[in-house]
Amino acid sequence: MIPELGHYALMLALGLALIQGVMPIVGTRTNDPALMSIAVPAAQAQFVFVALAFASLAASYVMSDFSVLNVFENSHSQMPLIYRLTSVWGNHEGSMMLWVLILALFGALVATFGTNLPATLKANALAVQAWIAAAFHLFILTTSNPFIRIPDAPFEGHDLNPILQDPGLAIHPPLLYLGYVGFSISFSFAIAALIEGRIDAAWARWVRPWILGAWMCLTVGIAMGSYWAYYELGWGGFWFWDPVENASLMPWLAGTALLHSAVVMEKRAALKVWTILLAILAFSLSLIGTFLVRSGVLTSVHAFATDPTRGIFILGILVVFIGGALSLYAWRAPLLKQGGLFAPISREGALVFNNLFLTSACATVFVGTLYPLALEALTGDKISVGPPFFNATFGPLFIPLMLVMPFGPLMGWKRGDILSAAQRLFAAAILSAIAIAAAFALDHGGPVLAPFGVGIAVFVMAGAVTDVIERTMIMRIPLWAALRRAVGLPRSAWGTAFAHFGIGVTLLGIIGVTAWGTERIVAIRTGDSIDIAHYRLTFDGLFNRTGPNYRDVAGRFTVRRTSGELVGEMEPSRRTFPARNMATTEAALMTRGVSQLYLSLGDPNPDGTVPVRLYFKPHVLLIWLGAIIMFIGGGLSLSDRRLRVGAPRPAKAKAVLQPAE
Amino acid sequence: MTRKQRRLVLIGAGVGVLAVAVALMLNAFRDSIVFFNSPSDVAEKHVSPGTRIRLGGLVKTGSLVRGNDLRVRFEVTDGNHEMPVTYQGVLPDLFREGQGVVAEGVIDGAGVFDADTILAKHDETYMPKEVADALKKSGHWKDDYAQRAAMPIGGGSK
Repeated sequence: MIPELGHYALMLALGLALIQGVMPIVGTRTNDPALMSIAVPAAQAQFVFVALAFASLAASYVMSDFSVLNVFENSHSQMPLIYRLTSVWGNHEGSMMLWVLILALFGALVATFGTNLPATLKANALAVQAWIAAAFHLFILTTSNPFIRIPDAPFEGHDLNPILQDPGLAIHPPLLYLGYVGFSISFSFAIAALIEGRIDAAWARWVRPWILGAWMCLTVGIAMGSYWAYYELGWGGFWFWDPVENASLMPWLAGTALLHSAVVMEKRAALKVWTILLAILAFSLSLIGTFLVRSGVLTSVHAFATDPTRGIFILGILVVFIGGALSLYAWRAPLLKQGGLFAPISREGALVFNNLFLTSACATVFVGTLYPLALEALTGDKISVGPPFFNATFGPLFIPLMLVMPFGPLMGWKRGDILSAAQRLFAAAILSAIAIAAAFALDHGGPVLAPFGVGIAVFVMAGAVTDVIERTMIMRIPLWAALRRAVGLPRSAWGTAFAHFGIGVTLLGIIGVTAWGTERIVAIRTGDSIDIAHYRLTFDGLFNRTGPNYRDVAGRFTVRRTSGELVGEMEPSRRTFPARNMATTEAALMTRGVSQLYLSLGDPNPDGTVPVRLYFKPHVLLIWLGAIIMFIGGGLSLSDRRLRVGAPRPAKAKAVLQPAE
Repeated sequence: MTRKQRRLVLIGAGVGVLAVAVALMLNAFRDSIVFFNSPSDVAEKHVSPGTRIRLGGLVKTGSLVRGNDLRVRFEVTDGNHEMPVTYQGVLPDLFREGQGVVAEGVIDGAGVFDADTILAKHDETYMPKEVADALKKSGHWKDDYAQRAAMPIGGGSK
């Protein structure tokens, strides 16, 4: 009964989406406020029905109703409750349900809280949002229905892929989807603006919180996925340039560019046409990411099923939405009025620089990810484009971006002074030089360029701090006055400083672990010791453990400093899941400051030795800590006064020409 | 500066950065692309020693020999040709005889594939797509594989 209710609710949601997609647009054409206002209750009701459908699927999972095919294939009654719940989205059908749930949620949020939006813009934007929703509801109902029953209900399910039985699954996909799907709002607003053929600085002010929210979720979503891969896959890599990872990185890069160009648009009414294009691109890349991950063109842990009709359906959605949006853009963008003037050396100029490099970097990732697919389709040759490609393209494009980043916030709008900015960054540059010298002095066998990388990371961090020091004048005026200034500083200024600082922290972590990480791969017997960095690990032997739906063969290791001081114990294991006859490696991690020891076991050899991989990962935690700092920065910016207090009424064409500040 | 000049500066900067990006990509494509080959491809195309390739096929049943220091030797087959592979390190969780594998490395002077990476699989039923295609090409694809690939239900197939 419950799954049927869910199925029915989803059909009703499709119907509501169709109404929401047509009526408001008709309303804006005929100037009928009643028709336009249908969008609001329709969006809210659509969310209620999608939530109902999702809840019934979740209920089937929690109750282990194996008469539902989707539950039977992906769940097991012995799994802990949390994994029974998270396996809802640990498969293709369920993850698409999560996708539409978040889409409907965003639509309802815009409908409910967008009370200060102009009626036509709101109606059009919600209608566009409904088209996307309708396409995906139809996709689920026709090709990926999670509510299908099996006639003779089996007693036990097939279990969730053990790799996915991890707390990471509870957090990573929802955050990532909040990011991906969050960009649908800026997309819908961009299309609505194109339909109206009118756009102004206020548009950016309305859309920016949505971009910011999506960007925050995507940032931590990607970081979470990276950490999950790091500890779960057993060889300690944090980023593989895997096409699936790239699929999430591309919207992030485009979204970061969008975030910055929207600032220019909001403050200076410039870059309007470009911002609209970025809004379209960011969501298009999210859709492409969904296509890459879900269609089965790539085989990976994320490709749950490879059913060609699904791939073709998503490809159809892709062509209609991306092609349609870009055509509309080509047709309507020339109508939009040009915005304010600025000199190349200015805050705007710096943000344009940021946009150029971010989009170029995004383009290299795009080419590197899709070229193998295109080549195979055209010539049949199978190639792989791996880390060397991305290191040689993405890296060089990111370095100038990092070097210029601290200058941006120190430049004035309209016309900046690069010399004065450089003077204020003098202390940061000195710190960076000291860091380079220190890295060289302490370096033992890392790559030659690594100390310079450390220098760049320190420059970025010190630059962010400089920005705050300059704004609070902490060195020049009494402390209490500076503190008052700090409190009075716009939250968005704090947000910028935090986010930029976070980038530096992540960069430092990446450089630390790639340049100075060490690994030992050895076969050992009980009583043997392995030395790494300044630690010595002694193998005390193997023992067995059982969990709710798995068996562990674990090794116990005593960790001491080389000086002999006891640090603790590590227990990596090989975990076997009988339901799927599958084994996973459960690595043991020991955190020392922001560095980690990483230990994983291989299958025991016939001669009684156990293969062991041991890594020392210096500063590895900084990678994800940086992402959290970026998230906090985004949150601070989101709580900025000018976004909290109602946005102004739509500016008339006259107001656009006046400087916003 | 006039509006036109400023726009020219912007467009110039955009084209410049894009040109740099394209140059970087072309350069990287020359150096860092790895082609996928089946053992038959290696035999037919005469892949020269020292060229970095990906080799894919099935691990030949009974060919796995474990040596000292985590050295392993096994053969990769696509049914028509076989290729000996050596590797030092810990094999992925799901490395098994008779199952699909993809290895990355170079062919040495003696015709042995010296792998530095053995790609891990995420699922016991997952057959790397390249391997599946190579097996189909060599005519040794069995429907058994297709069934396993299409029906990711672990318990039944074992």
